[in-house]
Amino acid sequence: MRLRQTCSQPRQTPTFASLLTHSPLLIALPICLLLATGFVVVGVYTERKVSAFMQDRLGPMEVGKWGLLQLFADLLKLLQKEDIVPRAADRKLFLLAPAVIFASVFAGYAVLPLTPDFQASGAAVGIFYLMAILSFDVVGILMAGWASNNKYSLFGAIRSVAQMVSYEIPLGLTILCAVLVGQTLNLQELSFQQGIYSSQTNYLFGLKATGIDVSDWGGIFTWNILRNPFLLFVYVIFFICTLAESNRAPFDLPEGESEIVSGFQTEYSGMRWALLFLSEYAMMLLVSFLGAILFLGSWNTPLPNIGPVRLADWTSGEPGTVWGNVTGAFWLFGKAFLAVLVQMWVRWTLPRIRIDQMMYLCWKVLTPAGLVLLLISAVWRLLMV
Amino acid sequence: MQPNDVAVNIPEVIQQIPLNYYLIFSTALFVIGIIGVLTRRNAIIIFMSIELMLNAVNTLLIAFSSYRSDPTGQVFVFFIMAVAAAEVSVGLAIIVMIYRNIRTIDVGVLNKLKW
Amino acid sequence: MNQFNTFLASFKNLTTAGYLFYGLGLITLISAISVVTAKNPIHSVLALIFTFFCLTGHYMLLNAQFLAIVNIIVYAGAIMVLFLFAIMFLNLKEEDEEAKTNVTKMAAVIVGGVLMVLLLSIFNYAPVGTYNPASFDAKTGLVERLGIVLYSDYILPFELASILFLVAMVGAVMLGKREAGDPHF
Repeated sequence: MRLRQTCSQPRQTPTFASLLTHSPLLIALPICLLLATGFVVVGVYTERKVSAFMQDRLGPMEVGKWGLLQLFADLLKLLQKEDIVPRAADRKLFLLAPAVIFASVFAGYAVLPLTPDFQASGAAVGIFYLMAILSFDVVGILMAGWASNNKYSLFGAIRSVAQMVSYEIPLGLTILCAVLVGQTLNLQELSFQQGIYSSQTNYLFGLKATGIDVSDWGGIFTWNILRNPFLLFVYVIFFICTLAESNRAPFDLPEGESEIVSGFQTEYSGMRWALLFLSEYAMMLLVSFLGAILFLGSWNTPLPNIGPVRLADWTSGEPGTVWGNVTGAFWLFGKAFLAVLVQMWVRWTLPRIRIDQMMYLCWKVLTPAGLVLLLISAVWRLLMV
Repeated sequence: MQPNDVAVNIPEVIQQIPLNYYLIFSTALFVIGIIGVLTRRNAIIIFMSIELMLNAVNTLLIAFSSYRSDPTGQVFVFFIMAVAAAEVSVGLAIIVMIYRNIRTIDVGVLNKLKW
Repeated sequence: MNQFNTFLASFKNLTTAGYLFYGLGLITLISAISVVTAKNPIHSVLALIFTFFCLTGHYMLLNAQFLAIVNIIVYAGAIMVLFLFAIMFLNLKEEDEEAKTNVTKMAAVIVGGVLMVLLLSIFNYAPVGTYNPASFDAKTGLVERLGIVLYSDYILPFELASILFLVAMVGAVMLGKREAGDPHF
């Protein structure tokens, strides 16, 4: 009887569980899926054009105007390919692994605040969840490498796991630095703090002692990298770590073509390979978004209000309005895409590093630097309040 | 939308599921772990069954803690997880060491301490 | 029988979260059983990872958000990857394990079953109570609340845990280090 009474109560504000079961999920899922897959179309084309530009080539030019339709031609080719499963492979795991990898990357999109009003899940543990999900990618890669039953695949998988597990430590430290400044794990709250719609007062460089109130200036002055200038160095470390996490050059040891064919992807063909490819690009975009949200002011405009020239007000709108959401999405996507371009620039500039150099960089350079910066950020936080 | 107001009321599961069901659920999980320890001979799988038992206990602690709104139970779980992580790192190192010396991790062969 | 009828009556009136509990619970138990019965150690590990994921789902349903995520990071992300690594290094195959005799297995299952019945019949008399709507605090499992308890009442165990980790780390490195003359696997 008691049960029936409690059931008939109207549903109030959602708990985490109910957020999972019934709410913006139905809209958010297709939007994020479209975002991740759509980015592959843009990302692959950009990557090929950027690399062509850097190597003084033209890149794809044949299919469509300026080769714009090249990726669709490639997709058509991949769709026609046979889905080969090696006879000695562990069939079930082999087929499952790409899905696990993609799912774990894609699940990360759930907590990203893409605009001031759009966030698939407002879970209070946002960024912490993101870190957990990123670390779960490892299991899928290990599955793919082991199930292929091929020594290059296994080597690739083990390299990849060693790399990702190691780089998670400096990555966690850098994320912690940003969280220290914002005092919240929710990415949407972190976003609100970094702009003119912040509920708290922002001082110049975060220092209360300066007494210069920049809450009204907005723009770049309220971004995290200027609320605590040391976060600029932190962002550099974060960027290096995310390169390693997404297995991008110069950290592409797990799929280094000249050494181990292509690592855990060696045995995959057709659409399954495309899924692996998709998750690599989805990961690039995810970490770029994360960097933009944590350090580069999220969906806030970079232009400050200067006296009567209300640049920040003109280029962003109140949360809740259409204009606010459109400009918010524009700035966030712009920042993330800029970070993706830098990732590509790095890839086509730097040679692949050796595995011992990779470990050295992580454990002896980035981790100690991350710890020192964490200490500095903590002290800075004390100066902020 | 301010995301602050997440979780201000009672989760639906707590309203609808009696605490006893969690007891039954984690007992079943625990017993599966025990059966695993008793039936398998691979040291790593025995180890995993122990993890399963630890998790059964964790689930129960979290359920009690949530129903009673007492954070202490969840802090306990946090410590259990910390100890489990330390235990696994040392335990697996020991298993790898055993494998290196006697080329097997079958617990049936590891009977030197019997005498 | 009467008990069953009330159960059925309440079962029909659940919301999504209630059905999620039963569904997740069933999946958890099935995957836990496959951890124990899987022939291939790798399948066993993956089933265990899946079990932990289901348990994370349970924690989220209980609104223990912090521990749900810690469970993924620590168990599914770190501990299970260690297990996977160890099994891959040792290259264990299905045939490596000579099964125990059927008699032993039967005995083990009977012992387990008896234990379960015993525990459940004890719990049947245990006054577990239920939640108190007046004093209920849905923020119990959130980071802020747990952090305050952890850093005030349990600060000493928390610091000791770091020493435990240091010792475990040193121990694992010492055990795993290859000495001169040791074989390469």
